[in-house]
Amino acid sequence: MIFLDNLINGLSLGSIYAIIALGYTMVYGIAKMLNFAHGDVIMVGGYMAFCGLQYWGVPTVLSLVIAMAVCTVLGVTIEGLAYRPLRQAPGLAVLITAIGMSYLLQNLALMIWGANPKSFPTTFINGSSIRLGSLNISSATVYTILANVIIMVLLTLFTSRTRMGKAMRCVSQDRGAAQLMGINVNRTITVTFAIGSALAAIAGVLLCSSYPILQPTTGSMPGIKAFTAAVFGGIGSIPGAMLGGVLLGVIEIFGKAYISTELGDAIVFAVLIVVLLVRPTGLLGKAVREKV
Amino acid sequence: MKKVLALILALAMSLAVCSAFAEDTVTLRIAHIGPTTGAAALYGLATQHGAEVAAAEINAEGGKYRVELICEDDEHNVEKAINAYNAALDANAQMILGNTTSKPCEAAGAQGYMDRVFFLTPSASSTAVTEDKDNVYQICFSDPNQGAASAEYIASHNLGTRIAIIYNNADVYSTGIRDTFVEKAQEKGLTIVTESTFTDETTDFTVQVGEAKDAGAEIVFLPIYYTPASMILKTASDKGFSPIFFGVDGMDGILDVEGFDTSLAEGVMLLTPFVASSEDENVVKFVNSYKEAYNEIPIQFAADAYDGIYILVKAAEKAGITSEMAYDEVCDLMIAAIQEIEVDGLTGHMTWDSTGAVTKTPMAATIVDGKYVFED
Repeated sequence: MIFLDNLINGLSLGSIYAIIALGYTMVYGIAKMLNFAHGDVIMVGGYMAFCGLQYWGVPTVLSLVIAMAVCTVLGVTIEGLAYRPLRQAPGLAVLITAIGMSYLLQNLALMIWGANPKSFPTTFINGSSIRLGSLNISSATVYTILANVIIMVLLTLFTSRTRMGKAMRCVSQDRGAAQLMGINVNRTITVTFAIGSALAAIAGVLLCSSYPILQPTTGSMPGIKAFTAAVFGGIGSIPGAMLGGVLLGVIEIFGKAYISTELGDAIVFAVLIVVLLVRPTGLLGKAVREKV
Repeated sequence: MKKVLALILALAMSLAVCSAFAEDTVTLRIAHIGPTTGAAALYGLATQHGAEVAAAEINAEGGKYRVELICEDDEHNVEKAINAYNAALDANAQMILGNTTSKPCEAAGAQGYMDRVFFLTPSASSTAVTEDKDNVYQICFSDPNQGAASAEYIASHNLGTRIAIIYNNADVYSTGIRDTFVEKAQEKGLTIVTESTFTDETTDFTVQVGEAKDAGAEIVFLPIYYTPASMILKTASDKGFSPIFFGVDGMDGILDVEGFDTSLAEGVMLLTPFVASSEDENVVKFVNSYKEAYNEIPIQFAADAYDGIYILVKAAEKAGITSEMAYDEVCDLMIAAIQEIEVDGLTGHMTWDSTGAVTKTPMAATIVDGKYVFED
């Protein structure tokens, strides 16, 4: 029973990591950059939903929509202002810019909302918990896992069936060739950021529904863990991010439950190192042969 | 001309001294030092206001002792604390009510140990405040002693015997309280069924709460700050686990977290010496005068400082302090006197030993309908 309980907790935590990891992996796959500000977009999403519910008194669904809209605009703005001018610059410059953007967002949140932690309304996801014997599954857990599966299916359909999705895959394979084929690379990357940031808003709301403390640094640790998950599953691969996220969540919870609560985070990162030693491209990553 | 002026001034001063003697009153010059500006101003202002209320009461009563408060600001900064301390001595302070916060109190208290200045701190709770010094006394429990006090309270009120502890083992505050709690709990025959830990980065408490639930704990002791505590309460509610949650002063503030669903904290107990909504006659009187003067509900810190002024006056009376004594003379007399007196204040019945730590009955409040209420 405890095993099942831990498994469900792990799946729930892992699903949140997976949704965040999708943002990392899509941006990496298509724009070939690590957007370290992604975790902080999640935090902004959490705050927007909080404001919607707490200050403006709008219904739950509407506050989620507001959070998604704000994050989408924010993501696209960040991309346009900070990353696009560096498209031809070395990778390191973009990476440092992303880290700077992360601090900028955290400090802006500190200015706007203050350092005092806020408690995310637990009423966001309504509904009583499901009881199976002595097992108690909270509604937030159910919604998180469901949201994860739905997003996964929709994203796969989007990238394989739609015009824009195909354009994304093309840009990911070869940016120059895609441009020659008449694909607007900049627009494709902007759409990628828009989708990634909207997902970040959903992840923010789910994260805060399960772990209801909101502060300017809320997004950073889950962001780093999700980045780990993306690398674990094979960065650039959408199913890889899903698998990596869910596995990482389960490993973290089992590590805490059966090895040591203090070492939870250490175990997560140790697993990453081992996986990268054995499979440098991650679980589902494709090894690209360099032609010399 | 100058000579005449000096003569007149000297005459005036001696007259003033004479008149003071004539009324047979002693004016104690007490310096309050605490952060009245800066990030910790909330606490420094509370202790200063609490002390002002007490001083006004004592002066209005017109007994033998009068209190002259000298207020200095340490900005919750170690260097500023030394400056404020020097300024207080320059203003002829005889003793110090302060510092409000731990780090400044450690620094100023150490300086005061060398200069022989008596310190009574309302709220600086780290052990380093009193360690290796004979001149610093506390009104609040020291951090680790809250653990022993909690175990004592749980045992004496028969709240339960099966206890789980969830604590932050990356934090001295938390581990210190946990250590004294475990020691006292064993002495009192309480069983610790499980202990689990977390660190500053932890956001997921499902494992820790699951362990406590699985071990069949009746009480979950939380020697932690309110931010992780609020997540533990949420997780427990999701899991349908409802033991008695027992916290210490770090839990204070949980009801003020914006957006917090106070129904989650229903029934949570915490060790606290003062509850403003109490119906105790003295507390009501204090809260009313405080509200009148500052238009605020006093917090625990204000009550500690209010008691502090009464403690200093009582000890000074015992020691026979007079207006013209200098701080170094006062210091040793006060050290001897404070160990002999007993004070019934707003925050309980208090006595002191030579370590500087206070001995008082632990009191715990329960959260009912989003408010602190004293049991009994």
